Amino acid sequence: MFGKLTIEALPFYSPIAAGGALVTVGGALLVAIVLTWLKAWKYLWTDWLTSVDHKRIGIMYVVLALIMLLRGFVDALMMRAQQAMALNSGGYLPPEHFDQIFSSHGTIMIFFMAMPFMTGLMNVIVPLQIGTRDVAFPWLNAVSLWLSAAGAALVMVSLVIGKFSTAGWTGYPPYSGIEYNPGVGVDYWIWAILISGVGSTMSGINFIVTILKRRAPGMTLMRMTPFVWTALVASVLMAFAFPAITVACGLLALDRLAGMHFFTNAHGGNMMNYVNLFWIWGHPEVYILILPAFGIFSEVVSTFSRKRLFGYESLVYATAAIGILSFTVWLHHFFTMGSSANVNAFFGVMTMIIAVPTGVKVFNWLLTMYRGRIEFHPSMMWSIGFIVTFVIGGMTGVLLAIPPADFLMHNTTFLVAHFHNMIIPGVLFGYLAGYMYWFPKAFGFAFHRGWGLGAFWCWIIGFYLAFMPLYLLGLKGMPRRMETYNDPTWQPYLLVAASGAAVVLCGIGCMVMQLYVSIRDRAKTRDLTGDPFNGRTLEWSTSSPPPPYNFAVIPTVGDREAFLEMKEKGIAYRRPAAYEPIRIPSNTPIGVILGAFGFVLGFAMVWHIWWLVLASGVVMFAAVIVRSSNDDQEFTMSAAEVKAIEDQRFRLLGSRS
Amino acid sequence: MLDPKGPIALAERNLLFDAFSVMMIVIVPIIVLTLWFAWRYRASNTKAVYTPTWANSVRIDALTWLIPTVIVIAVAVLLWRSTHRLDPYRPLESKEPPIDVQVVAQDWKWLFIYPEQGIAVVNQLVFPAGRPVSLRITSDTVMNSFYVPQLAGQIYAMAGMQTRLQMLADQPGTFVGRNSQYSGGGYSQQHFEVQAMSQADFDAWVARAKQGGTPLDATTYPALAAKSRANPITYYSTVEPKLFDTIIDKYRHSGHAHSAPVRR
Repeated sequence: MFGKLTIEALPFYSPIAAGGALVTVGGALLVAIVLTWLKAWKYLWTDWLTSVDHKRIGIMYVVLALIMLLRGFVDALMMRAQQAMALNSGGYLPPEHFDQIFSSHGTIMIFFMAMPFMTGLMNVIVPLQIGTRDVAFPWLNAVSLWLSAAGAALVMVSLVIGKFSTAGWTGYPPYSGIEYNPGVGVDYWIWAILISGVGSTMSGINFIVTILKRRAPGMTLMRMTPFVWTALVASVLMAFAFPAITVACGLLALDRLAGMHFFTNAHGGNMMNYVNLFWIWGHPEVYILILPAFGIFSEVVSTFSRKRLFGYESLVYATAAIGILSFTVWLHHFFTMGSSANVNAFFGVMTMIIAVPTGVKVFNWLLTMYRGRIEFHPSMMWSIGFIVTFVIGGMTGVLLAIPPADFLMHNTTFLVAHFHNMIIPGVLFGYLAGYMYWFPKAFGFAFHRGWGLGAFWCWIIGFYLAFMPLYLLGLKGMPRRMETYNDPTWQPYLLVAASGAAVVLCGIGCMVMQLYVSIRDRAKTRDLTGDPFNGRTLEWSTSSPPPPYNFAVIPTVGDREAFLEMKEKGIAYRRPAAYEPIRIPSNTPIGVILGAFGFVLGFAMVWHIWWLVLASGVVMFAAVIVRSSNDDQEFTMSAAEVKAIEDQRFRLLGSRS
Repeated sequence: MLDPKGPIALAERNLLFDAFSVMMIVIVPIIVLTLWFAWRYRASNTKAVYTPTWANSVRIDALTWLIPTVIVIAVAVLLWRSTHRLDPYRPLESKEPPIDVQVVAQDWKWLFIYPEQGIAVVNQLVFPAGRPVSLRITSDTVMNSFYVPQLAGQIYAMAGMQTRLQMLADQPGTFVGRNSQYSGGGYSQQHFEVQAMSQADFDAWVARAKQGGTPLDATTYPALAAKSRANPITYYSTVEPKLFDTIIDKYRHSGHAHSAPVRR
């Protein structure tokens, strides 16, 4: 009846694991109680969970990302604490628990923090910046969101029922195979990635079509904002790269479930195929994450330097070049697998070539600041902090791209420091810059600057404290993922690294305070104009938050900095003679239903509850059929309703001037 | 790693330093310029020049592509040459004859087989200083990575396959070797002692191992290969011939013509 699931699955094997489970369950209960107390269930359901509005879907993605950031960060804190104290001792975590933590940390941060954060920002901003009313496939967009959430939920549930994978976020076989890992941990990892991966692939397709087909009149490709360009290239990468990891995880699942031998040690299996497939996705994934962050930096640096972006064409070509090259470098993740010198050298050189367009981008940001009027908004601080720190990571990346040097540093904490140096200042700082930049647009009130600056300083100081020691430890030959160690000269570095994690914790505290203070003071800090930063691009031309239809009249674009040009010509806030009715996609519960049953399906696969696999599969299939046979998927907002909303908007605009 | 004790690790480290220095030519100016521009063109400094629409310059564009390209070409040449020179499969050039050692990764320990001497050791790799050591590496479990930071760098150990690594210690000394690829619960304790000694000491060490150890053959091997943690150094006085090949072959069934290719 319940497959492999028994009462043994509850985490009473260690008090710390039980504590983690308790916090998870308690947190969920607390949210449920607060929602009930606020009588907010109906509002949540009708206005958010069933919404297909790209802005709301985007906000929900970002909420998911921030929750998972907290979870992933707790993992990081626990690892730093363990390594700080584990000299010649077991520390406070047993190996089986430490191993789950480093696996879940990586999995969560890449798949369930960075991916939703990026997709969320793209959702909120891309349609606004290209001057359209929604994405090309609004319902598909909701399905993508809820499948991502289902994957995240599977990872969270593994804290309470059963265990998570110990195979690291990369899940290399044969270790992750059934022979060496008979438990449910790897299955949780596989199904979380398979289910959310389907969502990411569909997001990629959705945004390719949206950007190519839904741009406002006059917005040629070379008038798109840098963020839209990077979102386009990232979407192409998503659509092409995610199938590779879906296949790799699918084959691994067949090895585990059906006794097949794709990646096993014996019977003709070949683990090297998995490693290749994983990184054919894995390297483009780095650029999927970082290109949109580059786009955000371009917007932010230009806006807060009060200056046109330098070298737009260069930047576009650099983005496209990175997109293509990202598929030609995957082997640098395993120079140490015994390839010939020619193969290793080829992939090493290809890797270095990517440094060229990346370097071009850095120069362009610098030259945009040059002779500007720089305002130190938190988003600008994230950008400056990014440039300074990111070039260090780029440099260590080029070092690792030299195969013989990689033989020394592969799998050490030097590697760990390198990719965190790319992902934290590169990816996360970019998303946080975007989050603080577009927050007033999404919610209609200011985001507190002081706490934002506090978060920046804590994050960047914490980053240096946490990862510079890891570079040095890597040079001293410390492998990654050590639960305990016997070299006393390592401990001082690990203590500094742990203190860095504590400083980052303060940064996260600042982010929580920033949200609290901003929401508390929202009545006083309303954004009446929709353009709080003297913006240059179309998202600032509509109200904050934008109306459901984004633009009452689809704008006509005459310049790369479309909104700035309108303001300069004095046509920015011109009202039309009459409004027209607007078709808007209706809300539907099918997206959230698919996500919920996707979760059930994954859970049932993990525990081998076959009847439930079948049942949830049937429900999902039926839900898609129901949705597809429904011809009434939009409603019309009448011209009078549009006019009422717009009247209100212009009253606010007028009250300000 | 910063303190290499053999020509391979030294060359790898010097490569690291060379590439590092070349890149500093561009990294340092970028960091300085970023901070300088941020300060110089701050909004409150109204004396600074302000050109809000200056966004294009073919000459500067060309430079932004050229500078990284030149640096990358320089490092790429370094990369191509060094990758071939330091190919871990390429035997070291030396007047001394190389010593062969076969390495087997197990859960969670390392087995070193000396085919010429006919002995085997767990968790200790001993060889004469000044003589090249030619390693053949495989795994009798999941993927491991054989790693001696001060002498050789690392290479993966994979079941059913053989990888190779060369090393040489200039002077006698004791070093640490590890597995750097996470492999399960005993991974953190899976380190071994590396000792380079004089030829005479090495010969004496071999003789001691022959006297003090027990035989390693098809009957005693499975007990050794079973999971165990933090194993002490253990000697085997004799080793079944071809044991290393047997370990590889047990994952390579004759019926599977498409087994993973081996780069011997």
